[in-house]
Amino acid sequence: MVDKTVADVARAVEGVPDGATVMIGGFGRAGQPVELINALIEQGARDLTIVSNNAGNGDTGLAALLGKGRVRRIVCSFPRQHDSWVFDGLYRAGGIELELVPQGNLAERIRAGGAGIGAFFSPTGVGTQLADGKEERTIAGRRHVLEYPIKADFALISAYRGDRWGNLVYRETARNFGPIMAAGATTTVVQVDEIVDLGALDPESVVTPGIFVDRVVAVGSRRWVQDGEFVGGVDVEGEPVNVETGAVR
Amino acid sequence: MTGISREEVAQRIAADIPDGAYVNLGIGAPTLVANYLPDDIEIFLHTENGLLGMGAAPALGRIDPDLINAGKQPVTALPGAAYFHHADSFGMMRGGHLDICVLGAFQISQHGDLANWSTGAPDAIPAVGGAMDLASGAKEVFVMTDLLAKSGESKLVTACTYPLTGVGCVSRIYTDHAVFDVTPDGFRVRDLFGDNTVEVLEKLTGLHLQYSGLE
Repeated sequence: MVDKTVADVARAVEGVPDGATVMIGGFGRAGQPVELINALIEQGARDLTIVSNNAGNGDTGLAALLGKGRVRRIVCSFPRQHDSWVFDGLYRAGGIELELVPQGNLAERIRAGGAGIGAFFSPTGVGTQLADGKEERTIAGRRHVLEYPIKADFALISAYRGDRWGNLVYRETARNFGPIMAAGATTTVVQVDEIVDLGALDPESVVTPGIFVDRVVAVGSRRWVQDGEFVGGVDVEGEPVNVETGAVR
Repeated sequence: MTGISREEVAQRIAADIPDGAYVNLGIGAPTLVANYLPDDIEIFLHTENGLLGMGAAPALGRIDPDLINAGKQPVTALPGAAYFHHADSFGMMRGGHLDICVLGAFQISQHGDLANWSTGAPDAIPAVGGAMDLASGAKEVFVMTDLLAKSGESKLVTACTYPLTGVGCVSRIYTDHAVFDVTPDGFRVRDLFGDNTVEVLEKLTGLHLQYSGLE
């Protein structure tokens, strides 16, 4: 019997070696696998290369991993946010390497990694600093730059529901990088709200087929969803709010 | 010098978006355009983090952290909306499926080059996001901006001095003073606001402007 589920987040992130390249899903807070990142902090791997759209916000999740000095290099499109003080401080102090990639090239490089593409020509970034030193070719009258795939040793992503074969569905825009990162890593680890029985996910609606997934761990329902229904009562960071005033409770 | 407000610029842009268009509104002022889209036509708003059919902001208490726009603000999904992953989302731009994007700008050159992601300041934290993908991907790139920077310098320039976002990508610029098209012969004045004249605009921008009557 194939069972990709694991009992807890500690087991989910077992074996991430020092020096590993780790993809971390999410766009801002949406889809960020916070419980898995916390487990990775506990697990202790160092000298990591992180591939993620952002470089963490506040003091939790990815920002906490950076803050612990575990990350040597980050590949991302948008590190600067109003609350990205952990990254900002490290970057200004020379404590982290940054490879800045236009968001669509980042996504396509991850997709290409998972799809076995050797490299591709993209029109994005042509003539800008971010294409400096890259091979250029004019195709059908349009300038393109050569972009190489990104592959990772591990991917940590967040989905909504999964089954023991690793089939996944997501929730709204929290899908973001999940499906492409799942395919782009040697070992893909997924946190879900709930593990459901085989057959409970409609095969027509499975977004990530289980072939791309290695470990699935249930972390419990997100605060704003109960029994599969959206209940709200939170701010955009997921913190409980007074629904009359919007004040964080 | 009189001109029009940022809200009026947004309204002016909204009036130029045709029924059935697939549109991405960039972070910041361009999002105001959504407030002025006519109710009697259907326009599909795309947000690059993975949603087509984006609706207005939710009521307090109905904020869903999984349902946000590219500016990481809470939004809603209209009936008929669709979610998709990032590679599909940027394929929609790069593949020429998105009709219009509206972006902010630091500078626009007379050849349609756009600078909007970095001032090049040495201590700045760099961040590009989807700006380059939008600039090079959408069929038409509209810029929404004040004509003059806070320093008083024209944002319309002969050649950009800030780091480029895209080369030759901008088709039209909506400002508080006037609307300009980018043409092979440079900027052409398309619409004038307040008591602006072509002569006044030439003085403000230091550029020779094309003009053949208002559209």
